[in-house]
Order: sequence, then structure tokens, then C-alpha cells
Amino acid sequence: MFVPGNNPGMMQDAFIYGPDSIMLDLEDSVTMAEKDTARLLVHNALKTIDYGKTEMVVRINPLSTPYGKKDVEAVVKAGVHVIRMPKTETAEEVKELEQEIIKIETELGCVGRTQIMAAIESTLGVINAYAIATASKRMMGIALGAEDYCANLKAQRTSGDSPNFGMELLMARQTIVTAARAAGIDALDTVFSNLNDMDTFKREVEMIKAMGFDGKSIINPRQIEVVNEVFAPKEKDIQKALTILAAIKEAEQRGSGVIAVNGKMVDRPVVIRAQRTIDLAIASGIINKEDI
Amino acid sequence: MNSIKDRAALIAQAAQKMNKEVYNDSNMKKIITPRHELQRQSGKVVTLEEAIKRTGLKDGMTISFHHHFRGGDKVINMVVDKLAEMGFKNLHLASSSLIDVHEPLIEHIRNGVITQISTSGLRGKLANEISHGLMKEPVVFRSHGSRGYAIKSGELHIDVAFLGASSSDPLGNAAGFSTSENAKSICGSLGYALPDAKYADHTVILTDDLVDYPNQHNAISEADVEFVVVVDSVGDSSKISSGAIRDTKNPRDILLAKQAAKVVMNSGYFENGFSLQTGSGGASLAVTKYLRQGMIDKGIKASFALGGITSHMVKLHQEGLIDRLIDVQSFDKVAAESLMNDCKHKSVSANEYAAMLEPGSATHYLDVVILSALEVDVNFNVNVLVGSDGIIRGAIGGHPDTAADSALSVIVCPLLRGRIPCVVEEVTTLITPGSNVDVVVTEYGIAVNPNRPEIKKRLEDAGMNIVDIHDLADKARKIIGTPDPLPFGDKVVGVVLNRDGSVQDVIKNITE
Amino acid sequence: MEVKNAAAGTLESGDILIQIAPAQQAGLHIDLDSTVAYQFGAQIKKVITETLTGLGLENADVKATDKGALDCTIRARATAAFVRATGKDVWAD
Repeated sequence: MFVPGNNPGMMQDAFIYGPDSIMLDLEDSVTMAEKDTARLLVHNALKTIDYGKTEMVVRINPLSTPYGKKDVEAVVKAGVHVIRMPKTETAEEVKELEQEIIKIETELGCVGRTQIMAAIESTLGVINAYAIATASKRMMGIALGAEDYCANLKAQRTSGDSPNFGMELLMARQTIVTAARAAGIDALDTVFSNLNDMDTFKREVEMIKAMGFDGKSIINPRQIEVVNEVFAPKEKDIQKALTILAAIKEAEQRGSGVIAVNGKMVDRPVVIRAQRTIDLAIASGIINKEDI
Repeated sequence: MNSIKDRAALIAQAAQKMNKEVYNDSNMKKIITPRHELQRQSGKVVTLEEAIKRTGLKDGMTISFHHHFRGGDKVINMVVDKLAEMGFKNLHLASSSLIDVHEPLIEHIRNGVITQISTSGLRGKLANEISHGLMKEPVVFRSHGSRGYAIKSGELHIDVAFLGASSSDPLGNAAGFSTSENAKSICGSLGYALPDAKYADHTVILTDDLVDYPNQHNAISEADVEFVVVVDSVGDSSKISSGAIRDTKNPRDILLAKQAAKVVMNSGYFENGFSLQTGSGGASLAVTKYLRQGMIDKGIKASFALGGITSHMVKLHQEGLIDRLIDVQSFDKVAAESLMNDCKHKSVSANEYAAMLEPGSATHYLDVVILSALEVDVNFNVNVLVGSDGIIRGAIGGHPDTAADSALSVIVCPLLRGRIPCVVEEVTTLITPGSNVDVVVTEYGIAVNPNRPEIKKRLEDAGMNIVDIHDLADKARKIIGTPDPLPFGDKVVGVVLNRDGSVQDVIKNITE
Repeated sequence: MEVKNAAAGTLESGDILIQIAPAQQAGLHIDLDSTVAYQFGAQIKKVITETLTGLGLENADVKATDKGALDCTIRARATAAFVRATGKDVWAD
């Protein structure tokens, strides 16, 4: 969920709506004159506010602006989980960001802590999607930013009542999902900005789930329920996740760090995802806590 | 012979025995005015000043009002201005509630016109001044049910009631709406005014629409009315839904409302024929919206909805999801109009709505009530009257009445309002005792009163995350820090009465 | 330390506006207007003082208009106002 980085009231509240991930924004929602204050605000919020299990992301300003590097320093020092890089066009830009992160992390003695999500918001970015997705081990996901992309494409955004709804983004979405899958990272879809048209929003969420996306960026807590509903784990996923978690419990009891399910080794991200599936299933009221 | 002349002696004898006069036909004189003209006049229709004089109101007596026009009320200020102008002093003002718009009372208190107040609540500058010690005598706070009963029992004796009505005929048959084409205002139910009309020594109706006799669907009967005063306006109906009543777009309120609806649906009381009430405050009002979907999905219908009736409730009623509406106060114009037009939407007087000692009170038949709060403490005690800054800023309303009488009371309350904690160690003022509060819904989790373990189990079985209320208080303290003690003085500015008439708490003055 | 007039923050709910001006007399003088003055006035002043003295600012007149900000917000706004008033870089250390 996007939260403007210069609005303390919204920043302290965002967590209660239960988004999987909160993205504090230093870029487009912050005016030039307030870049410095927002950076300090985000830094202090990350350090102080208890966001529970929520994944904390900060969208920084592009490194090519006077703000980008300062943003990186401020949020890495505050222990952010993920930095979202806006308007990513090439793998080199990701590598440049990685270098900046390493510089700060080395100072702090915590190299490898910060992950990267790249927002692809141009035609060149879409063309380079796979290269971007594999540019760094820190890459955890790529996301589509549709407004800038469409402007660059010279296409109009289609509305919900158009027979061509979503056509302008078809190629970008498919490319991003494919690149993410090939790289083994998450694919996240762009925001839907008309808060009053919940029906079209739901259609779009269903569509991007069908296309293979892992999640949807949102701009308001009111949109969370629809995304959760559409993405609510199905019976099969829940069973699989329960098996994985049972295997972990068993491994812990044996005192073994190695976890295997059906003879296959289970990596940490798989465990995390299994836990998330179960959390989501409980949150959606599909299963009860006692069933685990 | 047996003509009437022959029986004259016997008639005289019977009259003498019964200590009565003998009928004299020449005393009778027929009135020949066309009756449609009479429908528009009566000796009861007088000016406000004349009405006041003829009621025999004296210094030191008790006058009463209702607050159905909420922020749009014009009657209280108009009448008290007139009383001040006429030189009255030391009056006891007993209103069903007082809000921001009654700020001019401050001057009347300073000038000694009003020296005592009984009410359900206080808001705005008046509340602020009183909290700082404006009055010599403490304000007496009662719940709506208790006020109704206190008036009936004589504990709160009213000398003269001044009651605004949107229509009245010249004899005083009055209503909170008008079906005439000259209708100027509408407030719907006159529930809080009905005990006053019935039990006050003298009742004066003020109306901005004098209609022909008989005014139909009247809430107040001519039998209880001594004078009718026609005024330009009794209230601005557009402001009924201001004050405590807001329709919310606030995502936090929506979150709270959805959670509260989920609590109700899984509480064990959500079944065909259940009855329902929602209190004021954005989140508790919005619960109706989310219950509606649950009722449709599960094919459940409610027998009645009670209390402050809102447009949401009216919608559910019109959709066939709620059979009857019992209305002590119409919270918006849609509700007020529904009361006027729908015979399954009836008004109820305050004492028949929520009095502890009135066996027929509707609250005794209530399953679920959803209420808001300024503060809840770790013992589930609730405060809805005094802000966390020690300043009076709310109203008891029907909070303790409905919480106590219902089968399930759900409090909806954010953990934090800005930097103000709403779940605390101990409430600033005790309004609804924790023994009557079953579930507290906050954005950081839901707490269930330990004396309702079965509710806790049902909610947990439904996959809801139930937390200890102490953890909520700790969480609040962790986020905002520990507040400094409030600068209370030693003067008592308010006394809170329990439903049974006992003194439950006092409010001290704030010194800064 | 040279101080010029500067401000940071807003008057939105949950925020605080901090204005720093050159000191009329020695020391930090904080003039606080808060919606939660009774309960948190002392705490807010303490956070502002600690933040500014921690940054090495000893002399200034500070006007704070608080709308229920949390401590982390007060710290951020005080620091931002300091940076704007002095031109110092707070990230250097």
C-alpha cells in the first residue's frame, strides 16, 4: 500500500489495515520543497514505529536526482526491508543502487540486509525487464508503473467500460510477469486510482491474478479487502503450506536445520511464503488457528 | 302522568341528594361559528411572553427542553433569552441534552438566570466553561432512560416544559414533523420530550407550523398542553445530523465497523428475529452497512431496530431486513420522514425506551447494541462524557441503558485518536460500568470481557484474533507514551447518576 | 551556531509544525501550542529540546504547533527545521 512519506498521520495508521507491505513514498507524492523533511520523517518512522510483520518498502527518488543517494542512506540506516527504485530502465541502474546500499551497509556492518524492488515505468524498462530482474541478488520483485509507461508508449489508459480495457498494458504486464518468473522473483501490478469504482478495480485484480502477478499495489485501505479476497489462497495452496510448516516443526523437534518435503529441500523463501499463505488463510477466515 | 314537569320534584330531590344543581336550559347557548374556522383557533394560542406569565413560572423553578433538533435547535436559546429579558433568576434548566449551539447559555449562567443544569451531555464552549468551574452547582448528568424515569417518578420535577414541535394544532396536538404544505422543519421522533409533556406541571408547545385541528399522528396530546406559541422557526432540520452523527469515509472507522459487524455475526446472537441498536459516532453507525450484507448472505432478518434511527436502518427496514423501527430520536432527515410515513416505524418516549425500572422499556428486549466510546479502561469501564483532557465533550445518551439491558454490548473505539489513548488504565469518568460491557473493538485488536468466555470462544472459533485488553492499553502506551496527570482542581462541576438513581461518579474542574 | 528563520512540518492531524528563529536571549526557548498540551506538553518540549541540543543547537527561539504528533514525528520535524535553519548535514555522522 502506497503511503505519502510526508504525512505522519497516515504513516502511523497504515499498518492497522493489514496490508502485506507498506510503501512509504519519497518520490511523486512529496513536493521538491519537502524532500528533506519527508526523508527525515520516513527515517524516524521506520526506526520507531512497530509495523509488526508488515514488509516495509520505501520508494526513493531516482539516483539521478539530487535526492536519490540521500534517500538510500536515510532508509538503509533506518533498517528498511526493501528499497523501491522508480523509473528503472536498465540493469546498470540497479547495480548502481546496489553499490550505494553496500556502501551504507558496510558502514553499519549489516551487508546484505536491504532488498530491491524495481519499478518499470517506461518502454525501455519493459524491454529490459529480465536484465533488471536479474541485475542483483537483492532483487525481490519488479513492479509495473502504468502512468509513465503509457505516456512513454503514447497510448491512452483505457477505462473499465471500454471493450479494450487493459489492452494498453497487456504486453508490459506479460513481459514483467514472465521476467519475474524467469528470475524467480515477485511480479507486482500497478495501482488503480479510481477509489469509487470498486467493480472495475475488482475486475482488474482478477485479471492480473489470472496473468500470474503476485500482488497489486494499492493507494487506499479500502482496496485491501478486494485484493485479499481475490488473492485468498485456495484449498490446494493451504494444504501445501500446512505440510511445509508441519515439516519445519518436525525438523525443529529433531534438532535438524534441514527441512525436506516429499524428498525436496525447502528454502527459506518457500517457508516464508507458506507462512504467509497460512496467515492469509486465517485472515480470510478460511481456516482456524486451531487447525494448524 | 309522567311528564318531565311531573318529575320536577323528584329531579330536585335527586340533585339535592347528589349535591348537584338542577339543569337549567336557559344557561346553554349554541356556538354558531363555522367549525372550519374554529379548527384554526383556540385560547391556548398565545405569545411566548404570555405563555410564560400564565404558567406561573417563578424564580427557582425547573424548566425543561428536548434536543431533537441537535445542532439546529433554536428553542432553548429563544426561550432562555426571553426568560432573561423578563427578569427571571435562579432557574434550573433540565434539557434532554445540550450541545455546541447552546453556547449563549454561558451569559445566562454568568447573569444568574440559570443556576442549575440537568442534562445528558454538554459540548462546545459551554462544556468547556463549565469544566473550568463556571457554575456554582454541579451539573447533574443522567442517561436518557434515567431522565425519562426520573421525570415520571417525580425525582426530576418539571415546572414548565418548553417543547419545540414541527407541527401543532391550536389545542396542542404536536408532532416532530408536519404533513401540511407549510411545513418548515422536521425532527422526527419527539421521544425525549414525551415524559416532559406528560409529567410537567405546565407544558408549552412552540411550533413553526400551526396546522388545523386535529393534527394527525401527533406524538404529544392536547390533553397535556396548556399553551401553544407560534414562532418563526423551532429548528434548522439540516443540522440534525451534525454533532455526533457523521457518515464516515474515514478508513479507520470503516475498519472498525467491519470488525464490529463480524463480531455481531459470530456472537451467537445473529439469528432470525434478533434486535439491534447502534449508537452515535461514525464507526458504530457504519456497522449497519456491513451487517446488512451478512443478513442478506445468511437470510437473517431482524425483528426491530431501536434507538437513534438512521437512514441506514431505514434502508434495511424498507428492504425487509428489519421488521419494525422503534425510534426515540431520529438521527437524520430520512429517518424523520420515515417516521412520518411508515406505520411500522414508531416513536417511543424516553422512559419506555431505556428506563431500568420501567418493565416495558424496549432496551429490555434488545439483543445487540453497538456503541462508541471516548475511553475504555482495562476493566471494560466506559467513558463517553469527559475527554481525556478532563473537559466535558460528550453525552451519556442511552449508553449505560443499552449496554446494561442488551444481551450483547459491543464498544467500537479506536485505540488512539491522534496522540490521545482511548484504551487506558482507568477512565477519566465512569459512565458505563465494565460489568455491562462485553466486547471492545479497536483497530489493534478485539478484547472480550472475561465474564463472557462463551463470546470469546465463538469469536475465536470464527478465526477472529482476540487480545487481552491490558495488551491494548500497553500497546497504546508504547506508541504514544504515558500522559501526564490532568490538572484537576477540587471543585465538583458534574455529578453522574447511575441508572438506579445512585451517584456513580463526580467530575472535577480543570484548572488550566 | 548561526541560525536563520526556518520551519518544518504541517498543521495536519498527527503532525507538528516547528519554527526556529534566532534566539532573543541565550538558551533554547520553546513556545508550545498543542492539542494534547495537558497530557503531553512536557514530553513534547523534552523531545524537541533533546533533539536540538543533540544536534548542537544551544540558542534559538522555537515555536511548535502540535496536532497530536508522535515522538518520532516530533524528532523528524525538529531535525528538519534544524537543518533548514543552520544548513548543517545531519546524515554525515
